[in-house]
Amino acid sequence: MSDRDAIVLPPPGGAPSAAADRGPLAMEAVSLSKDFRLGRGQTLHAVRDVSFSLYRGAVVALVGESGSGKSTVAKLLAGQERPSSGAIRLDGQPVELGTRRAFRLYKSQVQLVFQDPFASLNPVHTVRYHLERPVRLHRQTNSRAAVGKEVTALLEQVRLTPAEQFVGKYPHELSGGQRQRVSFARALAARPDVLLADEPVSMLDVSIRLEMLSLLDDLRTRFQLALLYITHDIASARYFADEILVMYAGQIVERGPAEQLTQQPAHPYTQLLVASAPDPDNLGSLLRETAPQRQSRADTGPATGGCPFSPRCPFADDRCRTENPPSHPVSARRSAACWHLDLAAPIALDRTQERQA
Amino acid sequence: MAVNASPAAAGAAGRPSRPPGPVLEIRDFSVVYRTPAGDLNAVSEVNLALNPGEVVGLVGESGSGKSTLAYAACRIARPPALITGGSVRYLGRRAAAPVDVTRLRPGDLQRLRWREIAIVFQSAMNALNPVLSVKDQLVDVIRAHMRVTGQEATDKAAWLIDLVGISRSRLRSYPHELSGGMRQRVMIAMALAVDPEVVIMDEPTTALDVVVQRDILARIAELREELGFAVLFITHDLSLLLELSDRIAVMYGGRLMEIGSATEIHNGPAHPYTKGLLNSFPSLHGPRRELAGIPGSPPDLRNLPPGCPFLPRCGYGTPACTEIDMSLAHVTSSADPEHQTACPFVLPDTPLPQPDQARAGNPDLQVQS
Repeated sequence: MSDRDAIVLPPPGGAPSAAADRGPLAMEAVSLSKDFRLGRGQTLHAVRDVSFSLYRGAVVALVGESGSGKSTVAKLLAGQERPSSGAIRLDGQPVELGTRRAFRLYKSQVQLVFQDPFASLNPVHTVRYHLERPVRLHRQTNSRAAVGKEVTALLEQVRLTPAEQFVGKYPHELSGGQRQRVSFARALAARPDVLLADEPVSMLDVSIRLEMLSLLDDLRTRFQLALLYITHDIASARYFADEILVMYAGQIVERGPAEQLTQQPAHPYTQLLVASAPDPDNLGSLLRETAPQRQSRADTGPATGGCPFSPRCPFADDRCRTENPPSHPVSARRSAACWHLDLAAPIALDRTQERQA
Repeated sequence: MAVNASPAAAGAAGRPSRPPGPVLEIRDFSVVYRTPAGDLNAVSEVNLALNPGEVVGLVGESGSGKSTLAYAACRIARPPALITGGSVRYLGRRAAAPVDVTRLRPGDLQRLRWREIAIVFQSAMNALNPVLSVKDQLVDVIRAHMRVTGQEATDKAAWLIDLVGISRSRLRSYPHELSGGMRQRVMIAMALAVDPEVVIMDEPTTALDVVVQRDILARIAELREELGFAVLFITHDLSLLLELSDRIAVMYGGRLMEIGSATEIHNGPAHPYTKGLLNSFPSLHGPRRELAGIPGSPPDLRNLPPGCPFLPRCGYGTPACTEIDMSLAHVTSSADPEHQTACPFVLPDTPLPQPDQARAGNPDLQVQS
């Protein structure tokens, strides 16, 4: 980043991350913001003051609805967009992407996997081409035998075996799941430390999603990857992630260990999200429910000042509408940005006090 | 309302009495896609009935034939799709005698569509006309199918937009001015515009956020209660269907694998594929479960194996599976007398196979240590 002062910024977040147990710190986002100019003097604050850390061997899930800014965070971390303010640090060093050389070096450490395996592979090239290129680029190997061996190894890592059967294939000859495996292999070709996965399974069929997630899980353990899992599906984050960050309107409104956060959500938005997720054990519930007269984010328009969730929040009062709440600790490893945690999450807070007593 | 309550009770008050029996009955229905490389069997000998006022969920993965089945049954599937057999019997309260949709002439088909059977398509952005306001599109539908004055049509449009929970001030909006959720509500209002008996919903909420999805589905369930239409709800999301449906039909490889009440599908799934699907969803509530997913990938419809199409991915598979005829048989141990499965070997009380057996069918995992 051009912002040299980044080094003196304090570490992000007050509470220690639930992902920190897994391994050493790999990447930090410090007060990241991204504004997009819309013309006519309007500005879209896509990402506002977002801070979090990724640790080797740990999965951090970024959960939010469409338009919450979660993909913009991925693009900022991948170096595809430059932040309007804030900094990114990799292994403690501020990220500097000024030169092509620096950008390439950064890309060999931080890789991005996209949602759509149909769009992210080039239809006129074979699997071999997709994998040989990053191997040559990032490993400085040019010997044909070494590259070939590496490509075979990559395909085996993502369980596309026998590898000889797949190297010559074109994307259209592969199923959606196989294509996404090739995307994973391509990301691994650079031997990255950090993998940013933007909705890696949401385009795939339900029956193969779990297998892909367990493959990702296996890869992060085997290569000690620091994994950012971006998703709209909070249920999959519960099973897959160590820590969950909930994003709303560009801000992180709640963070905490996956199990605690999903079982006792503290922020009113997280509570709404958890209550809205389909629950297969709740047979016929929709047939009994009356449709709530709730407003969606698009209906209410952007909040002007104050808490971004206040137009939809059952606890909102005048303070919420004028002052944006900072992050308050919920328990040792959890925090939520809400003025009314005592009303919204009495149970989650009670437990903390018990522990403190 | 209770999951198994008599469907005729739903919204029947003050309506003309209807003939008994299903409103839509699909029988031995087959559809192929005629391609130069040979026929692709998209739907094979499917039997499915929809009772008045009932929500039937049709679940399957991409390529399972679920959308093709619904579209072909309304005869809106275009070539190369070709109906090769079976019938679709429709009997609504406005109809004197049942009709076979597959044999209707174009004029009769025109009268049947939307008036009797309406569809909510998946992508509302593409289904709405970008250069017409919401009101114009609603009025258009109403006047195309009913003899009413312009004022009556306008009033009805306002009533409809209220019905789906959008403020009347939005009538003058164009589709691009509405959020995804509102556009999908407009699509639902369009489908209900001329009081149809059957509404087919093809993944109507797949592109929406969960909060919006839940609101819209609760609204659909309410309207169903109020207006008494039957819903065929197509989706890949079984966990959603369990909350929404009276009955659930599971499709795989163009065939119906299992059909039964939502309760029985949830508590006692009889088909290995249904069991696998149920085990593919991470649950948000309740204790963490061991999740398995289904190894392997969906079948190639051009090249289906003999017997059961699920066999290559099935943990219970035996050589006898290549010879079964895939006809549905009643699950005798089930509480639902209409609970049927295409698998003659696996019943709800069959124990789960060992993990190594479960993976035996999947070459992908066999090679991997």
